[in-house]
Amino acid sequence: MIRYFQEIFSGLWSLLVGMRLTARMAVAPTITTHYPFDTLEITPNFRGHIDLVINPKTARDKCIVCMMCQRACPSGCISLKGEKPEGAKKKVLTEYHLDFTKCSLCGNCVETCPVNALEYSRDYQLAGFSRHEFHFDLVDRFRQRAREQGLDPKVGDLTPPPPKPPKPAATETAPDASGSTDG
Amino acid sequence: MSNALPPDLIRLVVSLAVVVGFAFANAAVLVLVERKVCGHIQRRPGPFEVGPHGLLQTAIDGLKLMGKQILVPDNADTKLFRLAPILSFVPPIAALIVVPFAKVLQVRDLDIGVLFILSLAAVNVLAILVAGWSSANKYSLFGAIRAVAQNVAYEIPLLLSLLVVVMWVGSFRMSDIVAAQDGFWFVFTPMGFVAFLIYFVTGLAETNRAPFDLPEAESELTAGFHTEYAGMGFGLFFLGEYTNMLLMAAIATTCFLGGWNGPWFLAVSGTGVVATLIQLCWFLVKVYGIILVMVWIRWTFPRVRFDQLLNFCWKVLIPISMANLVATAVVAKLVPLG
Repeated sequence: MIRYFQEIFSGLWSLLVGMRLTARMAVAPTITTHYPFDTLEITPNFRGHIDLVINPKTARDKCIVCMMCQRACPSGCISLKGEKPEGAKKKVLTEYHLDFTKCSLCGNCVETCPVNALEYSRDYQLAGFSRHEFHFDLVDRFRQRAREQGLDPKVGDLTPPPPKPPKPAATETAPDASGSTDG
Repeated sequence: MSNALPPDLIRLVVSLAVVVGFAFANAAVLVLVERKVCGHIQRRPGPFEVGPHGLLQTAIDGLKLMGKQILVPDNADTKLFRLAPILSFVPPIAALIVVPFAKVLQVRDLDIGVLFILSLAAVNVLAILVAGWSSANKYSLFGAIRAVAQNVAYEIPLLLSLLVVVMWVGSFRMSDIVAAQDGFWFVFTPMGFVAFLIYFVTGLAETNRAPFDLPEAESELTAGFHTEYAGMGFGLFFLGEYTNMLLMAAIATTCFLGGWNGPWFLAVSGTGVVATLIQLCWFLVKVYGIILVMVWIRWTFPRVRFDQLLNFCWKVLIPISMANLVATAVVAKLVPLG
């Protein structure tokens, strides 16, 4: 008999404890974001689609056109092209296409890049009306983003590099070092 | 000559219009309150975009419901299917007739007031049974079966707890019950308090609200008895449910919380316009206080299992309400009500 009433009272008490908790939650400030009007700050570890890293000093990309990213991509959504300017030793990136409709955001391309030329974009508002809007031209995006940062983008720049001065001592005697290479 | 229209008829028609309007406004406000309270308990603002702080949300929802097509399932019993929402909506509105909102704000002061309300409130079960049966859907039928089993169990302690008050006052008349609580409210007596608790719990079950919302258990039965209803059929069930809540809270206020009486230092017992408004305010404050607690409970506790519900009723509520009734009878015999 005592246990019967004990059970009733302890049950009643636990209900009141629960109600006190929800009452406290009800008067606490809300923690949701009114999405289209307010947006959350995207943290640096957000894994969006890939973008080319901008070197802020030279306004160039870091890509060496080694094709590692294209090979690493399990979905085959990366295609890129590079050209070697006359007289240069390294290739220069001219085209970088990402087919985001196929991308699974695995990040293998970023992991595998030997020169850290790729990064994750923090862009998440990616709704579109046709699949063609998701074939990204990353070189084009690079130019836009660089201009937004106030840089003059030098991507796909095929002007030949200036010839290296033969010796440090000879630099003073060569006044016009530029524009000396021609086919 | 106004013999063609007897004044009593005019009085009834006007009262009916006021009561129906009140029921609609009540449902609209309560749906919004419910969603707002639910949201804030879950640390989100609830409806927010339609109107300032989402105040117009239910108006828009009502418009949407009215604009929708009323679908009747292929195998459904069409007549019963159409009848059920009306059966759910009309009785609670009819029962509002005997509720004393203030000393003079009562449409009919029937001498069987409490019985009248309870018998009409019980029709709600029939409406649910009809809806569940006629839908030709197993989830609906499960909901209906649960509603019937639940209400068979819960009517008993509900009636017993109100019988405590009736025995104390010696009358079923609502105005007598309010008048008897002029000095003290029944909830402040030991028997009255226990009866109030039991009434409150069974009232939650009677209005099919969480944690006793087994007939419409969303997670188990999609929507229970009103799974197949669309548009205004569903809307009427909703209206009926919220009017039922209003009714339950009104009975609790009348029988246990002193009706339109304010606390003793603020009591106004006149029949003038100002006095009536003050009494109405007291009544509505108490009613919506109870409803707010019902909403609060809904968003705090999980749904009980069916055996838990029946065990609780037969093993706890009925014995205690019986004992309470006996205690009241003894005390009422020994101490004449002053």
